Amino acid sequence: MTIIDKTSNVPAPRSAPEGTPLLEVRDLHVEFHTRDGVAKAVNGVSYSVSAGETLAVLGESGSGKSVTAQAIMGILDMPPGKIPHGEILFQGTDLLKLPAEEFRKVRGSKIAMIFQDALSSLNPVHTVGAQLGEMFRVHRGMSKKDATAKAVELMDRVKIPAAKARVGDYPHQFSGGMRQRIMIAMAMALEPDLIIADEPTTALDVTVQAQVMDLLAELQREMNMGLILITHDLGVVADVADKIAVMYGGRIVETAPVHEIYSRPAHPYTRGLLDSIPRLDQKGQELYAIKGLPPNLLNIPSGCAFNPRCPKAQDICRTDVPVLHSVTEQDGTEMPGRGSACHFWKEQLHG
Amino acid sequence: MTDTQIAGAPSAGAVVSKGGRKKKKDREASLWSDAIDDLRRNPVFLIGAFLVLCLLVISAVPQWFTDGSPFDSTACVLQDSLKTPSAEHWFGYDIQGCDVYTRTVWAARNSVIVGIVTTTLVTVIGGALGLLAGWTGGIVDSILSRFTEIFFAIPLLLGGMLIMSALPGNAWTVSLVLAILGWPQIFRIMRSSVLQNKNNDYVVAARALGAGTLRITLRHILPNAIAPVIVVGAISLGVYISAEAALSYLGIGVQPPEISWGLMVSDASVRWLQAPHVLLFPAVALSITVLAFIMVGDAVRDALDPKLR
Amino acid sequence: MAELTKNATEREPILQVRNLVKHFPLTQGILFKKQVGAVKAVDGVSFDLYRGETLGIVGESGCGKSTVAKLLMSLEKATAGEVFYKGQDITKLSGKALKAVRRNIQMVFQDPYTSLNPRMTVGDIIGEPFEIHPEVAPKGDRRRKVQELLDVVGLNPEYINRYPHQFSGGQRQRIGIARGLALNPEIIICDEPVSALDVSVQAQVINLMEKLQDEFDLSYVFIAHDLSIVRHISDRVGVMYLGKMAEIGSDAEIYEHPTHPYTQALLSAVPVPDPGAREGRERIILTGDVPSPANPPSGCRFRTRCWKAEERCATEEPLLAIPSRFHGVNTPAAHESACHFAEEKAILAV
Repeated sequence: MTIIDKTSNVPAPRSAPEGTPLLEVRDLHVEFHTRDGVAKAVNGVSYSVSAGETLAVLGESGSGKSVTAQAIMGILDMPPGKIPHGEILFQGTDLLKLPAEEFRKVRGSKIAMIFQDALSSLNPVHTVGAQLGEMFRVHRGMSKKDATAKAVELMDRVKIPAAKARVGDYPHQFSGGMRQRIMIAMAMALEPDLIIADEPTTALDVTVQAQVMDLLAELQREMNMGLILITHDLGVVADVADKIAVMYGGRIVETAPVHEIYSRPAHPYTRGLLDSIPRLDQKGQELYAIKGLPPNLLNIPSGCAFNPRCPKAQDICRTDVPVLHSVTEQDGTEMPGRGSACHFWKEQLHG
Repeated sequence: MTDTQIAGAPSAGAVVSKGGRKKKKDREASLWSDAIDDLRRNPVFLIGAFLVLCLLVISAVPQWFTDGSPFDSTACVLQDSLKTPSAEHWFGYDIQGCDVYTRTVWAARNSVIVGIVTTTLVTVIGGALGLLAGWTGGIVDSILSRFTEIFFAIPLLLGGMLIMSALPGNAWTVSLVLAILGWPQIFRIMRSSVLQNKNNDYVVAARALGAGTLRITLRHILPNAIAPVIVVGAISLGVYISAEAALSYLGIGVQPPEISWGLMVSDASVRWLQAPHVLLFPAVALSITVLAFIMVGDAVRDALDPKLR
Repeated sequence: MAELTKNATEREPILQVRNLVKHFPLTQGILFKKQVGAVKAVDGVSFDLYRGETLGIVGESGCGKSTVAKLLMSLEKATAGEVFYKGQDITKLSGKALKAVRRNIQMVFQDPYTSLNPRMTVGDIIGEPFEIHPEVAPKGDRRRKVQELLDVVGLNPEYINRYPHQFSGGQRQRIGIARGLALNPEIIICDEPVSALDVSVQAQVINLMEKLQDEFDLSYVFIAHDLSIVRHISDRVGVMYLGKMAEIGSDAEIYEHPTHPYTQALLSAVPVPDPGAREGRERIILTGDVPSPANPPSGCRFRTRCWKAEERCATEEPLLAIPSRFHGVNTPAAHESACHFAEEKAILAV
């Protein structure tokens, strides 16, 4: 029945464990060669995620958030995609340098992905049991019977009611929320160290969204996995993330621990996003709106990609690409984990 | 305050310069006028259209292009049988000692009639019924679809033989038979294309504005549904010309003394190793014809899609 | 409170919806179809829309909110019930009379990519209303009118000869809005008008819609699933669940004093963009999924997921009315709610 929880299932933020991170992306570039020119989808992205940690990558369509994830998973279409530069270090090994066969072994067993659209990610002509079981048969060489038993176990684990009876059902026989659970079960099947969830709840209804996010958080905690959550929803981020990377025009424009970014953004784009959320006291007034449109990846503005839309843009913003500055307090105290790719981060943060 | 800046966005701004064509500010653009504009500049269309035009002229007045006539029995001398091309007789002679060039030119008429008449009939019948079935849905769709399936079940040659046995064998009857057996293909393409498009929001939006069935069909459904029909139509034109050949070969198509490329190809195929040129020239004429129509069809389809301009 | 007095004194409803029902038959058979059941998409919905106000309708997928939009637009034939526009029941109209009403009720669609015909120029798209209703603008005047409309929605009037694919999502939604405005309607039905847009562009479109509402004295029925946007734009809000209206009231009544368990669950499930709120925040997490509208539960439709459900809920359908416990009590909780056990529950507002 209904659960009313006062304590919240969501993990509390914790400090990143010592040592090497689980995954580290370094200066990743991805471009797509199209008929109309080269679309620079990712232009030097670096981020890291540790075991048990949740990194939220926030951005609009075309910000490069999903392309980065696809590069990590090795599922970019190449060509037209190309990675001219960058490293993806997973437990210390650069995935981009691995032979295709080795990469394939890592994918699925050590890194798994959950997609937005569960219906099109599941094969409509096979039962969910067969699809879940396939993971074990391919990667673990289990027999058909054992694999099915494992599939039922997994379905139980993601709280699909009457798992035993439904293991022989086809994807279309499940509701949207249940399908997303099956996707999660599939991703969890081989107990990966890292899960990448690309807009996992965007297609779901609000009340189902909460169930699915809770399940994901719970499993993550149980298995101490790293989670990269890709989303455009500031609300979802606030609910589950430990740290945030905000992307715009293929670059990270701001990084911060989740608690700080909402109260004190250090980049005008983040500020704009936060301001455009309708607030109670704004009722009847005009909403704050970031003017203009997201950049065209074929023709990214020179200097800071955000400069044509930025209320604070100066000449330097049109000429110089801002690096990701480490952000400090006014008195120079470090703010760990915080960075802003804005020439005027001081004014933005302290002004 | 933000509004005007949005309007000057780069994505929309880039498009005007791309085509390199300067639009007069007050010209009222529409799909068709833009399409014609586009076709005039498209070399593929121009070449294709030129070839089609030539073909039509040749079919209409073959005597302008050759002095001989295939119906002049004295023109063929058995001595010349299977002679290879020469300066005077570019295409050489066939087994009967007739000039292949003359025959190829005169044969154009029947082949072009079969190709164009059949394609027109098939597109009009199949397209109209497909549009009706897709748009109306319900019982009309069910009846029409089942009716079409019956036609689909008839093999082309068997059905052709059956009907042709009761009709005189000439280009017009062959066209009619091919059309009767060929329209279900276009029907199905049109129907599924309409079904795909009719639930789009812009159709709903037009209904919400109070648009009538005729307007919705002509302005919204048809322009969006017609593309695959044009392509398949252009490609099947060649198929029909070849099908006529098959019927002729079986003795139920265009009958001698009438000639067609199909007939020539089937005659020549018997000893093509011995005299390849007899097969080559009508076959090349047929291929060029098919290519020309495909070029035109492709260009028209692209011109009707603003995204490809 | 200001809201209530305004409604009571000043205005008469411009649109009255009464017991609206839409059942889609489920059929079987190849040639002769026979009905084997019905999807009860909308099953007895009533509400009023006042001049110049925005009525928000929220609910999850499958609750019937989009079908309500289609019924209000007469795009679907209602199975039963009435929609009175200025006293005239428009569900019974057809032909000329319906066309005349359409001038006054227009629609803005969710998907800016499928709602504009890709093979028409912007001029043709926005000008089409004038071709269908030639009496609105004389022929020579239309082009100028289209350019005026482009200007009103914040697009460059010189874009008149362009095609939809040359615009971004937000710009296309503006084109859709311009088309909706062309006939000078009094009511605009907006079906998820911003949910397909990027976050930073949503605010632009919402602002435009509010500006236009003031400028042309429009009434909006604003259908959406984003609760914070609905709250921002709406004067009153209705919450739908499985084809029925669960609760309806002013925005403050619904968001701050919800009395229906479903509304409470919905509000509490919305992720709040404030990480400080995640500890200690009470969340009601519903189990299970929305039942199929082809076979809805007896009695109260929400009872299968409700933590308050008792036997009475399975047998007796709760009516949408001010709950008896609030009768004669002057409280914002005293608004229409279809629950036998309606009571206030403090939920952290969106």
